[in-house]
Amino acid sequence: MVGSNRLSSRLFLLYLPLAFFTVFLLFPFYWMLIISLKPNSLLLNMKINPLYLTQFTLEHYRYLLTNTDFPRWALNTAVVTFGATFLSLTSSILMGYALGRFRFRGGNLAGTAIFLAYLIPPTLLFIPLSQVVARFGLYNSYWALILTYPTFLIPFASWLLMGYFRTIPRELEECAMIDGASRFQAMWRIILPLALPGVLSAGIFSFTLSWNEFLYALVFMGSGEMKTIPVGTVSDLIRADVFQWGPLMAAAMLGSVPVAIAYMFFVDQYVSGLTAGAVKG
Amino acid sequence: MAQVIYDHVTKRFDGVIAVNDLTLEVKDGEFLVLVGPSGCGKTTALRCLAGLEEVTSGDIIIGDRVVTHIPPKDRDIAMVFQNYALYPHMTVYENMAFGLKLRKMPKQEIDRRVKEVAEMLGIQDLLNRKPRQLSGGQRQRVALGRAIVREPQVFLMDEPLSNLDAKLRVQTRGELIKLQRRLGVTTIYVTHDQVEAMTMGHRIAVMNQGVLQQLDTPENLYDHPANLFVATFIGSPAMNIFPARVVAGDGTVRLVAGDVTLEAPAEQRGRLAEYANREVLVGIRPEDLIVQPGQVSEDRQLRLPVEIVEPLGSETLVHLRGPAGALIAKADPHLHFSPGELASVRVKIEHMHAFDPQTELALF
Repeated sequence: MVGSNRLSSRLFLLYLPLAFFTVFLLFPFYWMLIISLKPNSLLLNMKINPLYLTQFTLEHYRYLLTNTDFPRWALNTAVVTFGATFLSLTSSILMGYALGRFRFRGGNLAGTAIFLAYLIPPTLLFIPLSQVVARFGLYNSYWALILTYPTFLIPFASWLLMGYFRTIPRELEECAMIDGASRFQAMWRIILPLALPGVLSAGIFSFTLSWNEFLYALVFMGSGEMKTIPVGTVSDLIRADVFQWGPLMAAAMLGSVPVAIAYMFFVDQYVSGLTAGAVKG
Repeated sequence: MAQVIYDHVTKRFDGVIAVNDLTLEVKDGEFLVLVGPSGCGKTTALRCLAGLEEVTSGDIIIGDRVVTHIPPKDRDIAMVFQNYALYPHMTVYENMAFGLKLRKMPKQEIDRRVKEVAEMLGIQDLLNRKPRQLSGGQRQRVALGRAIVREPQVFLMDEPLSNLDAKLRVQTRGELIKLQRRLGVTTIYVTHDQVEAMTMGHRIAVMNQGVLQQLDTPENLYDHPANLFVATFIGSPAMNIFPARVVAGDGTVRLVAGDVTLEAPAEQRGRLAEYANREVLVGIRPEDLIVQPGQVSEDRQLRLPVEIVEPLGSETLVHLRGPAGALIAKADPHLHFSPGELASVRVKIEHMHAFDPQTELALF
């Protein structure tokens, strides 16, 4: 834009607000990091500045990995997350494709209904779901979460993918089908590669939500060694009113690493996925 | 190569009839153009043939096979879309090889065919590019190449030239004609552009509101339109149409429109006599009105005021105030006309058309 290139105006309109938000958003992570690295002797010492490290130790990480079930929680979380994400993504791709592509009676109604399902708060849904989980005898098994997470993952993911599939010209798969592809081949070889940003967006969304989910994990899979990272961290590292801050923050750090990695790899596709179809081109 | 037959094909969308009882035979090796205004059902007819739309009733035959309920992939056809529909994530080579790979053709054979066709179309240097790196004309060629490389029984083309700029369109039109004549593959070509229709097709099928109006060679379509729609759709500027009363007597038949009186062609007197004292619609093509500025003392001249003059360079269009609305005449570009003046007009009676006002069918 004309006139917006002067250094002072860029400073006030661009860099300062950006810096403010960056600090605001990253501070919790910074806090997590320094607490997890501080020796216990300094943790509750009110005399020193809490915002930076004078000494650091990996003791909390060692404690977390050897004296708690954290490795097992991580395994549980990974199994549940990959299972639920795979299941949700597969169903959402098929559903999004059907809703986005086929003209059939009730198609629009189904699309709206699925979106409405997303609006039901999981905090209400877990009450009837707990009955279902109990009836099927799934309590405290991986399936309890792998099968219940899709209840909130599929509605959003399929809605997102439906919109994405609609931005891909119909002629492409029609041409593929005339070229000799079946409907499934056309979808697999033409539409899916083009919808990759959308699929990645839906995948990251599902991955993040499953990885961080707390309530269902607490209710359906919350006992013994079947805990996930969020549940285990809270239940085993907080004893009544004793907060083991060091290990707690170490667990939080380690728990956010996979999500951060997932975002880092796919951030470009993720962004283009969320804005796809906004402008032509 | 194969013939294509539409046998009483009807296609309905939620109560709207897009194609109505279409019966049409395309000969082996023929270039048939389906033409009509937008919404006339021509694209739907093509999509039914491709298998992209299920027909509501009737049958479609390719070669000697009824394909009505056969999926598109097994119909052995290739289609060029208006927006080319190139696969954006594949190179030109992969785009062209896609259909052959699906048919599990050996690699060397695919390679040979793709390169041969690429050379034929002059796109051999583009094989490693992605579609987004190509110009409009190049994309069009790739889309064409992807169809040719398949060596299908029938080519279907849905307005493949309409996304090109005017100059490129004329050039590509010529190349497409040569290519089709050379390959000899039955081709069905959909367009709304009557110039494309007239120049490209062995035969033209004119459609309107889902109904086939006339199927004939370009010359016959132009000289002997079957009805009022075809008469006004084909030809630019459109045929002049005005109502006239048939007056018979003294061994002659005259057509009277306002203060204009035309003598009917001798060989049509019998046909017109049935309409004595009734109205018919008279049709005269702009080039069948011989127009000159000022007064000319000659037989059978009309004198009509000039309203608008449109010099096009190669010819001049003169809008005359006719008996019912404007009459457009094509005139020699070297003649000078001025709006408001009178012009002398001679009608080439032998090329005149007449239509029944109720049925709109041509009388002659």
